[in-house]
Amino acid sequence: MEELLKAEHLDFVYNEDQQDGKQVLFDVNLSVSPGEFVAVLGHNGSGKSTIAKHFNAILLPSGGTVYVKGIDTKIEEKLFEIRQNVGMVFQNPDNQLVATVVEEDVAFALENLGVPSDEIRRRVDEALKTVGMYDYREHAPHQLSGGQKQRIAIAGVIAMRPDCIVMDEPTAMLDPKGRREVLQTIQKLNRSSHTTVVLITHFMDEAVQAGRVVVVDDGKILLDAPPKEVFSKVELLKSVGLDVPQAAELAFELKQSGIPMPDGILTEEECVAALEKLLKEK
Amino acid sequence: MPVIKTEHLTHLYSVGTPFEKAAIQDVNLEISQGEFVGVIGHTGSGKSTLIQHFNGLLKPTAGKIFLDGKDIWENKSEIRAVRFHVGLVFQYPEYQLFEETVYKDISFGPKNMGLKEDEIDARVREAAALVGLKPEVLEKSPFELSGGQKRRVAIAGVIAMEPKVLILDEPTAGLDPRGRDMILGEIQQYHQEKKNTILLVSHSMEDIAKYATKVLVMNQAQVYAYDTVEAVFSRVEELRALGLGVPQITRVFYQLKQDGMNIETNVYSVKRAKQLILEKLGKGGDAQ
Amino acid sequence: MITDITIGQYFPGKSFIHRLDPRIKIILTIVYIVILFINQGVFGFVLSIGLLAVMYLIAGIPIRMILKSLKPVIPLIIFTSVLNIFFIGGTVIWQWGIITISWEGIRLAVFMSIRILALIAGSSLLTYTTSPIALTDAIERLLKPLKYVKFPVHELAMMMTIALRFIPTLLEETDKIMSAQKARGADLESGGLIRRAKALIPILIPLFISAIRRAEELALAMECRCYRGGEGRTRMKQLHLGGRDAVAVGVMAACLAGVILMNLFLPTVL
Repeated sequence: MEELLKAEHLDFVYNEDQQDGKQVLFDVNLSVSPGEFVAVLGHNGSGKSTIAKHFNAILLPSGGTVYVKGIDTKIEEKLFEIRQNVGMVFQNPDNQLVATVVEEDVAFALENLGVPSDEIRRRVDEALKTVGMYDYREHAPHQLSGGQKQRIAIAGVIAMRPDCIVMDEPTAMLDPKGRREVLQTIQKLNRSSHTTVVLITHFMDEAVQAGRVVVVDDGKILLDAPPKEVFSKVELLKSVGLDVPQAAELAFELKQSGIPMPDGILTEEECVAALEKLLKEK
Repeated sequence: MPVIKTEHLTHLYSVGTPFEKAAIQDVNLEISQGEFVGVIGHTGSGKSTLIQHFNGLLKPTAGKIFLDGKDIWENKSEIRAVRFHVGLVFQYPEYQLFEETVYKDISFGPKNMGLKEDEIDARVREAAALVGLKPEVLEKSPFELSGGQKRRVAIAGVIAMEPKVLILDEPTAGLDPRGRDMILGEIQQYHQEKKNTILLVSHSMEDIAKYATKVLVMNQAQVYAYDTVEAVFSRVEELRALGLGVPQITRVFYQLKQDGMNIETNVYSVKRAKQLILEKLGKGGDAQ
Repeated sequence: MITDITIGQYFPGKSFIHRLDPRIKIILTIVYIVILFINQGVFGFVLSIGLLAVMYLIAGIPIRMILKSLKPVIPLIIFTSVLNIFFIGGTVIWQWGIITISWEGIRLAVFMSIRILALIAGSSLLTYTTSPIALTDAIERLLKPLKYVKFPVHELAMMMTIALRFIPTLLEETDKIMSAQKARGADLESGGLIRRAKALIPILIPLFISAIRRAEELALAMECRCYRGGEGRTRMKQLHLGGRDAVAVGVMAACLAGVILMNLFLPTVL
């Protein structure tokens, strides 16, 4: 299968042309295949957002190459093709909505791409239904909750029908309800429309739901594996300032004390089952 | 005598219009001196409105608020003094910074109190130290600091007023786990050193369980519960029905109990959970 | 609270007036203002104000909304009336020292007041029945010919849209910053002018910084959604002229003709 996104030996230096240039990415190699749900975990300043911004040519590599569907992101003529294929959703829902009416905002990208009017209407309605905001199409953004605004931002991106959505901490500013709404939307997109999702986050409970977790620290890729494997490395994660689900942490701690807990405990249910087995055996 | 007390506190929005709505309704509450209170509730449950009444930013539609037994609205002209006694740190407080240097920004509150120069100086330095800001940071511009550092400056700006009660509205919103643990750790240390009253609004049940001594649950404009952490988190089913939940580890033990295991359910931290399991397995001695 | 301020004056509805093409509404509003100013006699005012009243009835805008929009111009009306009454010469009807009041002065004062009130009420009808986004859109399309003289029509419309979008956000933010500074003991209510102006610094600086940050993030988000100016852009909503627009144009044209005829044949009444 051909990779959708691919970073090869990616280096990035901020303010490259100036004296105080600072290298933030070091030889990053990462590829994402169509239909994947990849979570990128790392603390603030680890470089995770910088990697994300390379996938739709907001940033261009200082060294190495980034490909989107095989196209080098440095090719200027392909810029809009790349941006249409890789949609971006950012942290602050307020600062990415342009129009004063929800449906007009969702139409924004399509209008920019020169899509015919009736086609825009169709795609806007479809996108709003996908994120469950169709009933709010005539509302003003400031009347909506954070979670709702973020879903509108997602609708504005999926209306372009991208192959992939890259989300840069889309839930960081939301309350638990908003986080749930957005996460459910992301999963729905990945499962039913097979949209490839790259979710940048520092919430481990979100990363647990991904098919693959990439841990970034100090501009380098530290781990790249399925969640079960990543979250079994409790000490390593803690050392780079990340959390582990309490269930996984308990399993790890018990194992450290010589209790025979099975590997790969991640969820509450798995933890309960393992503990019950232990307590019954006693 | 409680440090903060409310009597039938009610606040209505848009009074006299069809949109009239109670943000808080008949709230009766007594918070004792020295308590570390975790405040939980949905967005729109009334918790933000409630905390803004404690320092007189909002005026009740009905009912009273007492600070050290004194009605804070008894004399309107003294309401500004109430704000010095009840410090409020808003959500994303870094967006309120405005001065050229960190030092000047932290001293804004103490200056407004009309303190003397040397007193202000002492307070700024102490507050900065309490939140883990190094002395050399004081002369920097707040705008060149990292997000976490900016937030510390903002918190120090309120701490420097030496309030009897410190209220923090989601002080860790948007921070990564390391930043969150550091800020909460500093707040805990401040609490232990100063023995002041703290109200911490948070969506994280894990954090509330870790730091608070009491939990205030707001729901639909009213106080749903105000009790010890143990008492509140033992009401697992009710909290779930409110959509608030309990720490994951508590849910694990609650489920074990439900499945007929003979085990306690008042478990809020991994440390306690480990200890309990080891005891049950007869390996209590092994726990470090 | 600051956020209670209503933005724009749009009064949603589905009336005949609401559903007119916004471009037509803008043009007709301008024509209406022209009618008010070329009219010279009482009958013309009866006709034009009658027309306005009927349009308000059709649009279903309550009386209090009209009064609300007229309130801010009362000082202006008083001021112009005083000027007209005392400084227009003509048939003197009352005199005291150097102060004279003439018949012509009173007539002009009354006419001018009616004109201003009708002008405000007329243009308010436009904003009451047209959403800000429709207005912006219509302005962009009406100004389209100016593109050929390199006037940045699309950019102007985009700026208006973004401003409308962010006004509520920034008002809310102002409210938050004010509360936060008040919580630190900022005194915004007392003191003289200079002290009050100085007290605004802790509010304005964070507000500007935040606005700049928002602008940067918005620009990035727009780029990610393939924004590249007005070139090659399409619109979701097309504006179509319909039968009702023709009716509205006809009515306004009749009114214009009526006023011109009255000016020609009934000029001397009053």
